Amino acid sequence: MSTTLYLPMDTTAIAMGADDVAKAIVFQTKESSEKVNLIRNGSRGMFYLEPLLEVETPQGRVAYGPVSVDDVESLLTQGMLTGNADHPLYLGLTENIPYLAKQQRLTFKRAGIINPVSIDDYITHDGFVGLNNALTLLAEDQQNIVDEIKTSGLRGRGGAAFPTGIKWQTVLDAKPTGAEQQKYIVCNADEGDSGTFSDRLLMEADPFSLIEGMIIAGLAVGATQGYIYLRSEYPQAQLILEQAIATAYQQQYLGDNIQGSGHKFDLEVRIGAGAYICGEETSLLESLEGKRGLVRAKPPLPAIEGLFGQPTIVNNVISLATVPIILAKGAQYYQDFGVGRSRGTLPFQLAGNIKQGGLVELAFGTTLADIVNDFGAGTYTGEPIKAIQVGGPLGAYLPEQQWHTALDYEAFSAISAVLGHGGIVVFDNSISMTEQARFAMEFCTAESCGKCTPCRIGSTRGVEVIDNMIAAHQNQSPTEQSVALNELLVDLCDTMIDGSLCAMGSMTPIPVKSVMTHFADDFITDNSTQYHEKVTAKEQK
Amino acid sequence: MNTNAKAQSPEQTIKNLVDNKKDLPGALLPILHDIQHQFGFIPKSALAIIAQGLQQTEAEIYGVITFYAHFHLEQPGRHTIEICRGEACQAMGSKALEQAVKNQLGIDYGQTSANKNFTLEPVYCLGNCACSPSIKVGVKTYGRMTSSKFSELTETLSLYQLNLGEEL
Ligand SMILES: Cc1cc2nc3c(=O)[nH]c(=O)nc-3n(C[C@H](O)[C@H](O)[C@H](O)COP(=O)(O)O)c2cc1C
Ligand code: SF4
Ligand code: FES
Repeated sequence: MSTTLYLPMDTTAIAMGADDVAKAIVFQTKESSEKVNLIRNGSRGMFYLEPLLEVETPQGRVAYGPVSVDDVESLLTQGMLTGNADHPLYLGLTENIPYLAKQQRLTFKRAGIINPVSIDDYITHDGFVGLNNALTLLAEDQQNIVDEIKTSGLRGRGGAAFPTGIKWQTVLDAKPTGAEQQKYIVCNADEGDSGTFSDRLLMEADPFSLIEGMIIAGLAVGATQGYIYLRSEYPQAQLILEQAIATAYQQQYLGDNIQGSGHKFDLEVRIGAGAYICGEETSLLESLEGKRGLVRAKPPLPAIEGLFGQPTIVNNVISLATVPIILAKGAQYYQDFGVGRSRGTLPFQLAGNIKQGGLVELAFGTTLADIVNDFGAGTYTGEPIKAIQVGGPLGAYLPEQQWHTALDYEAFSAISAVLGHGGIVVFDNSISMTEQARFAMEFCTAESCGKCTPCRIGSTRGVEVIDNMIAAHQNQSPTEQSVALNELLVDLCDTMIDGSLCAMGSMTPIPVKSVMTHFADDFITDNSTQYHEKVTAKEQK
Repeated sequence: MNTNAKAQSPEQTIKNLVDNKKDLPGALLPILHDIQHQFGFIPKSALAIIAQGLQQTEAEIYGVITFYAHFHLEQPGRHTIEICRGEACQAMGSKALEQAVKNQLGIDYGQTSANKNFTLEPVYCLGNCACSPSIKVGVKTYGRMTSSKFSELTETLSLYQLNLGEEL
């Protein structure tokens, strides 16, 4: 007899000790009569339970977690190999854990279930059904695939929420130029937003779904070369992706003759080099071309003149990895999830000061409060939540009265916030909102590409103005000075919003202004009521 | 470090690395990664060799190297420690951790400890935000970092270094 165990090789699982647990399991079961087959799977995204150890039983997979090296012996002696409940780390059948059971997993349906680098596992779990359907549609007309994406309502998951089908249509209609006659599919795997990890999790848990999505994109628009631009901060994702790509070549899912169809698609991973701005699509293309990541002015759109001047689809990891299920189950199936113009699901990422951090894939439309309370179970420290930042470093800090906003792109813009890449970062009441506003500006000075003045200089001035505000407050300088600085900061923000070439400069004011608007009591002046009265009086004029 | 770096001159190694990839479209970043992987940094002598191989100016190559936080023109310590300064880590007390690490190592960002064991760098998110605060040493990320866990870690890294003379 042999028992199958699963332990993730995901970055977070490893960061929480999974490799050591794996070694301990192998070591302690070496001599036993019961043979153990330890599979390193991807994570289910329940990071608060990592390392999560699963045992295959006749009833299904039984979970234990979070497991440390010291737990291995007792797990083995107390019947873990048969899924015994007599252990404090016993969690029952994995799929019944409420955190997982309450989700609507479409893009992440295989995450944590399969061995990420096993193409057989992928195929057993409905992999390449979308590709096969795409090949059938293609035999009739390329347009069919693009239409399917359009009907699904899928919008780019990288942040800007641009309709994916329309982007694909533009590339399909565009004519390549010059001798090269090439179109490109570029996957934006830069995932620069802090508080986000869904791209990483997808690539580490189910890389073939991204590969499949990119092949389908290539077939749909007639592009035969793809690049995955991956940030250098993700070495584990690189390892797994490269292994998966090599296998896909061996099995003829990539290369000159995809599954005997006569169609061709080549795919390569390219590593970034630690620049947030290279997540912006035109800067990313510059970087891929071997240059500094300076943002290009648009137009021309990358869809028309992209990589090496050729028509290029630039899509986020999640956008592309969602394509296979749309093609497998049909556009209508996907479209039936979600609300308004936000169709389908979004993998929300619960992070920061949160008890149960992890990935929560749900249809658009639930509220932030629901996710943070139901899934997150409140703060890690047990202190009350003070602010929630949604959508990465360029996203707003939301105060309590906004936590009931529905999670959909339009509802968020209506409150001057952004959903972005779905990152949710929770802060307890020990946080200083002044420091967070200052950090937003500081981050922009560190990461600005430097091409335009409002962003490059404006963010530097932004840090200075906030520092001056803090100094003025500490010195209890005349309130007039504080009010003037406050006005200066608002002015500066408006200049950045209106004058910046790209969203780095024009969105940095979002977190800053959200602090000024919603946390005014906290912003700089903690106790100075006199200051507030002055500011409010001034604002009401 | 690769052993054949010792068998041949660094310049020859660099030239080989450039030749291997110079025909790739957009070859510069892959070449820089290869060189940094080989030497731990990009030796100044590489600039002219790359410039020649790619038919670009040295100034252009220098401009690219200095644009990206990941590339270094100076030899770093044996272990590069990156501390995450992203918001999710801040929410879990990374600012105090940063200070504790700087104090323990006696260096600031961008510096290398006197015994050449550690170089400290800031990083903005390691994708481990659900188990923050996070640091990374070499290719390995560590979650729920505290100053005492950090002391233990640096101790192990130093010991490992002394005993085995190689990187973790
Ligand atoms: C400053 C900045 C950073 C960005 N970072 C990322 C990123 O890390 N990943 C990503 O997919 N998109 C990022 N974007 C959005 C991209 O420019 C682009 O809209 C996206 O990759 C398109 O793919 P999608 O349509 O599938 O979302 C960023 C945009 C800006 C302005
Ligand atoms: S806004 Fe900032 S990042 Fe964007 S182009 Fe201007 S300087 Fe570059
Ligand atoms: S913010 Fe630190 S790991 Fe993401």
